[in-house]
Amino acid sequence: MWDWSYTLFVLPDILKALKITILATFLGFAMASILGLILAICRRSQYKPLSMAVGAFVEFIRTTPLLAQLYFIFYVFPQFGLALSPLAAGVIGLGLHYSTYLSEVYRAGIDSIPQAQWEAATALSFSTRHIWLKIILPQAIPPILPVMGNYLIGMFKDTPLLSAITLVEILQVAKLQGSQYFRYLEPITIVGLLFLILSYVSSLGIKRLEARVNH
Amino acid sequence: MILIPAPFDLVPYLLQGVGVTVQLLIASSALALIMSFLIGYGRLSRYRIISLPATVYLEFFRGTSLLVQLFWAYFVLPFFGITLSAMTTGIIVIGLNYGAYGSEIVRSSILSIPKAQIEAGIALNMTRFQISYRVILPQALVIMLPSFGNLAIELLKGTALVSLITLNDLMFQGTVLRNTTLRTAEVFSMVLMLYFILAYPIILGVRKLENRLSVWRA
Repeated sequence: MWDWSYTLFVLPDILKALKITILATFLGFAMASILGLILAICRRSQYKPLSMAVGAFVEFIRTTPLLAQLYFIFYVFPQFGLALSPLAAGVIGLGLHYSTYLSEVYRAGIDSIPQAQWEAATALSFSTRHIWLKIILPQAIPPILPVMGNYLIGMFKDTPLLSAITLVEILQVAKLQGSQYFRYLEPITIVGLLFLILSYVSSLGIKRLEARVNH
Repeated sequence: MILIPAPFDLVPYLLQGVGVTVQLLIASSALALIMSFLIGYGRLSRYRIISLPATVYLEFFRGTSLLVQLFWAYFVLPFFGITLSAMTTGIIVIGLNYGAYGSEIVRSSILSIPKAQIEAGIALNMTRFQISYRVILPQALVIMLPSFGNLAIELLKGTALVSLITLNDLMFQGTVLRNTTLRTAEVFSMVLMLYFILAYPIILGVRKLENRLSVWRA
């Protein structure tokens, strides 16, 4: 039932596309990490319109499907003169979507820093920038690293959605091969196994990180 | 004939898809809820013959991507002689997938009830069933509810993927409407708005529950 020669035939192309999948994951995560932090800081702003606008933005992005957002970025942005490659659109979509989740994670990390530290830093007349970069973030970020790692895995598993905006990542390659040779069994199973293996191994890594952080 | 102003004239066409999305949401949520309890309790079992398959289920459905699972069920299962409609595939795969995530909610909520309560139950000569049904579950359920609400929102978002296996849900209607009207910006904005409107009652419910819960805890 399982055709090994066909498996070996389709495997190289899928592995080649795995590079694109991983590239999209890491670029998307880099964007989400930076944007998420900015959103978290803006949400704490004393300036009400800003914090409210950010709150509404986060809520809206978090409750609408990533797929719809990807279509929007890929098909609507060009109408405003911003034509994006499938990879760029995918990275922006993933980055934007997950930045809203990560902003909540950052917020939890920042909230866990005792208020007294802010007061102490203010009493020592540190600048706001100095307080954030030298006092708050170095303490807030290490404990949340495992949670961020889980979102990285989550994002990895969402990358097949980029096939819908024509990015040639692993699922897209598997689908093309399947339709070309009328056999979907091997290519799609391989893709599933790749996801299973990679996300399982990474989740073990995160468990170790978690054990370290909790020490 | 009433004329509906510009972007909103698209809504009636999209509403056909909303019906399918809501059906999917309800049916797969029900399946996900059942699987959450089965797998969540299964993982807590003392017997490895029960807890091991439950763990494998969890790792399998969490580890392979939802879209890959949908494609597998839709394109590969016919190869084994099992042909399911897009709707059935969507309900089953989404239900099983989110059930895996839900099982962690069930498990962690049950584990969050202090062990002393079980001991107290034993001391009062209650049966194991009475302890879990009368003591643990009522408290754990309250803890589970907001998380299940959030999971329902995630599930609603997940239903958009069925458009890629040709089921005519809201997302699918959006892409069709875009191809026929070429009003890309308006169509996709309306689709996003409709998803938000669908999710909004769940968000409000979760918020209310969370407020109630913090009062109940305090």
